[in-house]
Amino acid sequence: MTRWNAIWLAIVAALLIAVPTVIGNEFYVNMASQVLIYALFALSINMMLGYGGMVSLGHAGYLGLAGYACILLTINGFDQLSAAILALAFSTVMAGFFGMLSLRAPGLGFIMITLALGQIVWGIAYRANDLTGGDNGLRLPARPMPFGIDLNSAPRFYYFALAVVAVALFFIWRFSRSPFGASLMGARDQPRRMSMLGHNVWLIRWLTFVLAGFWGSVASLLFVYYNLFLSPHALGLQQSAEILLMAILGGASSLAGPIVGAAIITLVKNVISSYVERWNTLLGAIFVIVIIFMPYGLVPGCRELWRRIAQRRKPSASKAASEPAA
Amino acid sequence: MQWQFWIIQTLNSVAFGGLLFLLSSGFSLIFGLMRIPNLAHGAFFMLGAYFGYSLLARGGNFWLVALVAGLGVGLLGIALERFVLRQISGNEQGQVLVTLGVSFIIADICLLAWTGDPMPLPAPQALRRPLIIAGYAFPTYRLVVLVIALVAAVGLYFLMERTRIGAMIRAGVDDMEMARGVGIPVSRLFTLVFLLGSTLAGIGGVLGGPILNAYPGLDADMLPLALIVVILGGAGSLLGAFVGSFAVGFLYNFGIALAPDLAYFVLFLPMVLVLVFLPQGLFGRVQL
Repeated sequence: MTRWNAIWLAIVAALLIAVPTVIGNEFYVNMASQVLIYALFALSINMMLGYGGMVSLGHAGYLGLAGYACILLTINGFDQLSAAILALAFSTVMAGFFGMLSLRAPGLGFIMITLALGQIVWGIAYRANDLTGGDNGLRLPARPMPFGIDLNSAPRFYYFALAVVAVALFFIWRFSRSPFGASLMGARDQPRRMSMLGHNVWLIRWLTFVLAGFWGSVASLLFVYYNLFLSPHALGLQQSAEILLMAILGGASSLAGPIVGAAIITLVKNVISSYVERWNTLLGAIFVIVIIFMPYGLVPGCRELWRRIAQRRKPSASKAASEPAA
Repeated sequence: MQWQFWIIQTLNSVAFGGLLFLLSSGFSLIFGLMRIPNLAHGAFFMLGAYFGYSLLARGGNFWLVALVAGLGVGLLGIALERFVLRQISGNEQGQVLVTLGVSFIIADICLLAWTGDPMPLPAPQALRRPLIIAGYAFPTYRLVVLVIALVAAVGLYFLMERTRIGAMIRAGVDDMEMARGVGIPVSRLFTLVFLLGSTLAGIGGVLGGPILNAYPGLDADMLPLALIVVILGGAGSLLGAFVGSFAVGFLYNFGIALAPDLAYFVLFLPMVLVLVFLPQGLFGRVQL
């Protein structure tokens, strides 16, 4: 099993590395970079959603916090590296603060408070003209040059984003398999029993919120580096909802789910938007359909299908295996 | 001049608070009974405003239009509850996300049907002239909006506290299982509360039209305000929605008038304070 996993991983990694050379066309390489950025957003929100059962509708707020901080620091004379570090630090501290507020109300109150917080970040970005340029947005002068490498060409930026996402993916994978991840899932399923066992459920959730905020901020920096521009439109409720939908569509309970969801939504959005203007209707319809008919998302759904097909192929062996599962 | 400014702003604040009450009382009741924040509520408000615009353009009487548009939105609310939310009853998280999806669809259809330009709703002819008392001019229409909101508040109070249906709704808010156990038709109450809440939101949209205009994004502007009202006032409580609405009305309106850059930030502070010290809100009946 682990050998198969390693082989799969190697194949996927090879495919991802080969993307720019296989595709060649700059437009599609850029779209692949977008998929990577959104995949990181979806992965980070899924740390809360999939493992902690916390539905956040304010994740695009980090785009405002980290994104505007990074641009403003760069404009005001900081070099790219310290601007990025300070922006991440600021955004993560704010995540800690937002987490304290949101976790005052577990369950559905959490959705409302994260939504309100996200909209407040949006409102400040929209209204505070002197700071954020209001509706006109702000421009980042240039992409950073990590280790002196110029990131302006599409394939190079793709590899940069790929490297960042790979690091994040490794971290989030370790996170989900760690004792902490297990206690988070315990807090999701049986909060009362977990606290009876001596776990501090609030602290577990809060730390997860902060970690998700950190990786959301990293994704935000990638977003800003990619677009070289940030306006309030990028951090509205719609963005938060899209990110959440990516995680749900792909399947929140798996690691691959959010990535698949991000790829599907980003591609559909790019393709559809070039033909019709009704992206929002489609987004809403996907939301409704996915939640009613596919509550566990595509990846677990397909896995379930695969398991059934495999079972049908060898009915004698599977019967014993499926007994305890049912 | 200075006095005039404060008087006008105060009146604007209470009128806006009244609109917020029409929006958030239904939101709060739905949340209290069904435990779901109906994220399509802002879209219902906007839809009410657009319905009102179209009906008024065909020469309808303003008050009749408000009622008809409100009921139209209310029917849509019933449809949402009966045909969509009921499909996934028990999955509250899913229900919330579905209402969000529906709000995107409504907003996009409004954009398609009424274009992206702001549509001003004309106030009734008789109320357009300012009322002059002791040398100060008062915008008559806003006063009337305030009065209507107060009447609605009193009406809702009597409905909730003095009638059998109100008692059943309160029972459902406080303990749904027991309410079901003693034979209260809770699922019919869901539909009723959804009808009531979305009708109020729709009427609020029409009444708000002459003040706010109908424009794309009105839903996204109003929804967070309703959320903050409920966070401040507490969910499931009429009094909470009432106090919260006027508090937010004042903060938001004076915030915009005095420090437009920080209008949203002004809302943020009381929300933080309430969440830290009174996580159930000022008058909350149910846990958020």
